[in-house]
Amino acid sequence: MSVDTVKHPEPAATATPELIRLENVTKRFGGHTVLDGLDFSVAAGKHVTLIGPSGSGKTTILRLLMTLTTPDEGTITVDGDQLFPAPEKQVREIRKKIGMVFQHFNLFPNMTVLRNITEAPVTVLGLPKDEAEARARELLDLVGLADKAGARPSQLSGGQQQRVAIARALAMRPQVLLLDEVTSALDPELVAGVLDVLRDIARSTKITMLCVTHEMGFARDISDQVLMFDAGRVVESGPPEKIFGEPEQERTRQFLSAVL
Amino acid sequence: MTWDWGAVRAFLPHFWDGLLVTLEALALGSVISFVLGLVWTLLMRAPTRWVRWPVGAVTEFVRNTPLLVQLFFLFYVLPERGLTFSALTTGVFAIGLHYSTYTMQVYRAGIEAVPAGQWEAALALNLPRRRTWTAVILPQAIRRVVPALGNYVISMLKDTPMLMAITVLEMLGRARLFSQQHFQFTEPLTVIGVAFILVSYLASLLLRALERRLVR
Ligand SMILES: Nc1ncnc2c1ncn2[C@@H]1O[C@H](COP(=O)(O)OP(=O)(O)OP(=O)(O)O)[C@@H](O)[C@H]1O
Ligand SMILES: [Mg+2]
Repeated sequence: MSVDTVKHPEPAATATPELIRLENVTKRFGGHTVLDGLDFSVAAGKHVTLIGPSGSGKTTILRLLMTLTTPDEGTITVDGDQLFPAPEKQVREIRKKIGMVFQHFNLFPNMTVLRNITEAPVTVLGLPKDEAEARARELLDLVGLADKAGARPSQLSGGQQQRVAIARALAMRPQVLLLDEVTSALDPELVAGVLDVLRDIARSTKITMLCVTHEMGFARDISDQVLMFDAGRVVESGPPEKIFGEPEQERTRQFLSAVL
Repeated sequence: MTWDWGAVRAFLPHFWDGLLVTLEALALGSVISFVLGLVWTLLMRAPTRWVRWPVGAVTEFVRNTPLLVQLFFLFYVLPERGLTFSALTTGVFAIGLHYSTYTMQVYRAGIEAVPAGQWEAALALNLPRRRTWTAVILPQAIRRVVPALGNYVISMLKDTPMLMAITVLEMLGRARLFSQQHFQFTEPLTVIGVAFILVSYLASLLLRALERRLVR
């Protein structure tokens, strides 16, 4: 038996393995507590949507998981490995399992669309260039941009840029995809195209999704579980039928009536 | 006072020699200032202050003392320490060093202007730190700063006559020598005046072409 298997005991074959776990996670900015002793976990392959009012800490959770920021208290584990604190090497291994799509796309403007997608697979995963390109073209096809491989991000619409960003994240073959309001910076007529791509990915892959969105219709379609946030705590959670249909908490009802 | 084309003709062979030296000093001085400036900028971002402090102090000192003093210092003091270089080599290095303390500020501004989202995307993709710099940050920073660097190239051109002080015969040195020998001042000085304008114009065209290539 290798050291590795000792470190990561296989979960019982029947249970859905827990991919992400947050325990008692607290995050403060200055004196302001943004996440307040947060506990929740996400099972592998599930699609979890985070909803809640502005400033409730949704983005902060995704940024913690992506290691773009650090918690003040509590533990976060991904696939059984702890982040914060963890040696740089382990952090890099964990990051390989996570992909993120940002609200403002954050494509690299100095690279073509194709290179945006192949850059990390080549330099991080060590994929041969032609293999990475072949895969990038498949992904571009998946997001409906097969003809844009040679374009610069600046030549694309916001919706197209966001679809490239989705392809770029998927090219690393992550187990988890973090999506932070990926349509909220888009012109209204471009939103549907991006959401369709995400619905498609949710349906046709086994990827775990953690998704912050204000698109309640989309959340209802793809979610296995919806978490309602307020002031850095989970107010209520459950399947979309329950949260959108018969929420228990007054706070959830208020929030939904304000956005729907 | 009349214009004497004969004097222009007589000066021209000296002028070409001077022009060559000016261009050489400008080109090499620019390259040195571009490279050293980038090195300073990156060192100023080192995690330890034992790197940042000395680099900050030295560059601050060089930026705030006159280039002419630095030229004299390097020209007269280095040989005393057993380091001898040609006057032109010393001059080019001094100019490059002096201007590197300005280009470092330009690079810093360029790097800081790259949006935080670019760093975050690179981190999310797990790009190694070095690769993040070379493939993502610097290409974006540098294309932003080409115009500002270009301004320093033009200013450097106008400082090249200082090389005369350490016996380098660039354009002004040649004109002065010619004037002293022939007692004709108007023609050689006019010729090099026009030459300075033309060189700075050509340099700006070159830089604009470079900018266009980079900005694509
Ligand atoms: N870098 C930071 N420095 C200081 N405060 C911050 C920082 N990042 C976030 N905050 C604060 O933390 C709180 C939660 O922010 P977060 O971005 O997680 O909210 P959110 O739920 O994503 O909101 P929105 O729906 O507006 O995106 C906000 O009050 C915000 O002002
Ligand atoms: Mg947010």
